Amino acid sequence: MNLANLANNYEEAVAMLLFVIGFSNLLLQKNLIRKIIGLNIMDTAVYLFLALKGYIEGRKAPIVVDGVQSMEAYVNPIPSGLVLTGIVVSVSVSALMLALTIRLYRRYHTLDLDEITTRLKKEGL
Amino acid sequence: MEFVQNFPFFSILLSLFSGPLCSVIGGKAARRVNLAVITAVGAMSAAVLNFTIRSGEAYVYLMGHFPAPWGNEIRVGVLEALMALFFCVVMFLSMIGGSLERALEIEEGKENLYYVMVNLLLSSLLALIYTNDLFTAYVFVEINTISACGLIMIRQNGRTIEAATRYMIMSLLGSGLLLLGICFLYDMTGHLLMSNIKEQVQILHATGDYHIPLLVTVSLMSVGIAIKSALYPFHAWLPDAYGYSTLSSAAILSSLVSKGYIFLLVKIFYRVIGFDIVRDSKIVNVLFAFGVVGMIMGSVSAIKEGNVRRMIAYSSVAQIGYIYMGFGIGTTAGVIASLYHILSHAATKSLLFVAASGLTDASGDSTSFFDLTGAGYRNKLAGVAFTVGSLSMVGFPMFSGFISKLLFAQAAVDSAYYKMLPALIALALSTILNAVYFMKTVIRIYTPADREEVKRRGFRNVTVTDQKAKSVALVCFIALNLALGLSSEPVVRLLREGLNLFA
Repeated sequence: MNLANLANNYEEAVAMLLFVIGFSNLLLQKNLIRKIIGLNIMDTAVYLFLALKGYIEGRKAPIVVDGVQSMEAYVNPIPSGLVLTGIVVSVSVSALMLALTIRLYRRYHTLDLDEITTRLKKEGL
Repeated sequence: MEFVQNFPFFSILLSLFSGPLCSVIGGKAARRVNLAVITAVGAMSAAVLNFTIRSGEAYVYLMGHFPAPWGNEIRVGVLEALMALFFCVVMFLSMIGGSLERALEIEEGKENLYYVMVNLLLSSLLALIYTNDLFTAYVFVEINTISACGLIMIRQNGRTIEAATRYMIMSLLGSGLLLLGICFLYDMTGHLLMSNIKEQVQILHATGDYHIPLLVTVSLMSVGIAIKSALYPFHAWLPDAYGYSTLSSAAILSSLVSKGYIFLLVKIFYRVIGFDIVRDSKIVNVLFAFGVVGMIMGSVSAIKEGNVRRMIAYSSVAQIGYIYMGFGIGTTAGVIASLYHILSHAATKSLLFVAASGLTDASGDSTSFFDLTGAGYRNKLAGVAFTVGSLSMVGFPMFSGFISKLLFAQAAVDSAYYKMLPALIALALSTILNAVYFMKTVIRIYTPADREEVKRRGFRNVTVTDQKAKSVALVCFIALNLALGLSSEPVVRLLREGLNLFA
């Protein structure tokens, strides 16, 4: 019964799997660039999930063409709006993370966050 | 509709648009704009608070003329207005208190960028306080994170950049979980406005449908916000971020930024899910356990720390633990105690940061514990202020910290026995540990220093007139602390009233 549920909702399962992959990369990787890639995978997984939830089989994108105004003709537009907003947020935090990474790399010539921390401790600022 | 009801909307927009404005004007002008904006927002919040107390009910303000469930809303009650007013006061005092440090530590020509960040931070805090839409809350959570990151790294050295990176990583993990929780909730209920979600969640809870997804959602959102507000095991970035950033950043970050997230969590508990459902879900027990551990471990780390500013930062970890323990008790009394502690901690922690910087000014800018010997004599006002802050943290009567400890203890006594004992023991232990490191520092700053040593190191005396702005800030902070401690009754009544209107 549960396995059948999983098979029916395999798209959602994939989204969750991606989320976990991204989350653990962001948390566990030492390399900053890999962390940022993890961040993007994690956010993309959420957008995939949202897009899935907005999709209704057999309906079209919610743009009125040929004067069809019936609600039954279109998919739910709100999740798409949320995805767009989310993408904007995700782009800005990625940009900020990359900028921080450049700063750190210029100073310490490494992308390994743990090594940077050890060196800071040695500097004993 | 009265004109005053527009003020929450005005204050969000005013601070939001003054951000970009500050990026195109010079540093001095930006500073004036910033102080003016904080003052204006504070005045408007006071007017709103007055209005909501008189009317005795919360009101909903439509953003754009679409009614629920389509449009975006803000919702204003006593609690929201009180928080907004308080946040403005603390931010204003922190900005004045740190003006001297900002002039020294921020790179030439970049001062105005600092005020961009502060204005955006204020607007995101206000939006988190007022909004009634879950996705708007998420967006402003991210704005809050980004501007807080800017505040940390405006003083450029290896430590702050590393701290900012760690802060961003932890925050992004937290907001990822929060976003996923919001998406689940939207999926189950089909709404984004908090009040509408609550109706649907009540129905789901009554029928028992989606029991496990609902549980997962509540845990995702709670854990996400707990990570962002540096609850105990997620605090690794905190000491560096607070310890090495410029003074006003440290004061604002410790007293306001984490509190904004916690306020959002209260909102999720009361307005989105319903507190009885949260309590039944047992997630509060997890928060309780982490809060209790944090209360002890934060203080233990603070005792081991030899750098005064990092010590105060570690003490924040313990205080965040208190706040989560209050939620974890799972009664309204516990939440009121936590809300009071938000106010009390904000007033005290920023006081301690400013006072500690006054003491280090009189010790050749060294933050080392032993260099502070006798600093209380070299900078008298800062010494008194630090003592007041320490006594308040320890829970000495008259000061605000005492009242919050009292409220926590009362809430614990009225709760289930398996929570009462751990809570009371943790309170007692944590108080002793607090006393160990704060009183140790107070004794240290009032231990007369060796004259030769002072002369050799060139420590100078700092008088009140040397640092006018900082002295004004310190006096106001002390007054705020005493006011919270001595007239706690009306404040607690307002919090209780506000929490009733909140749901």
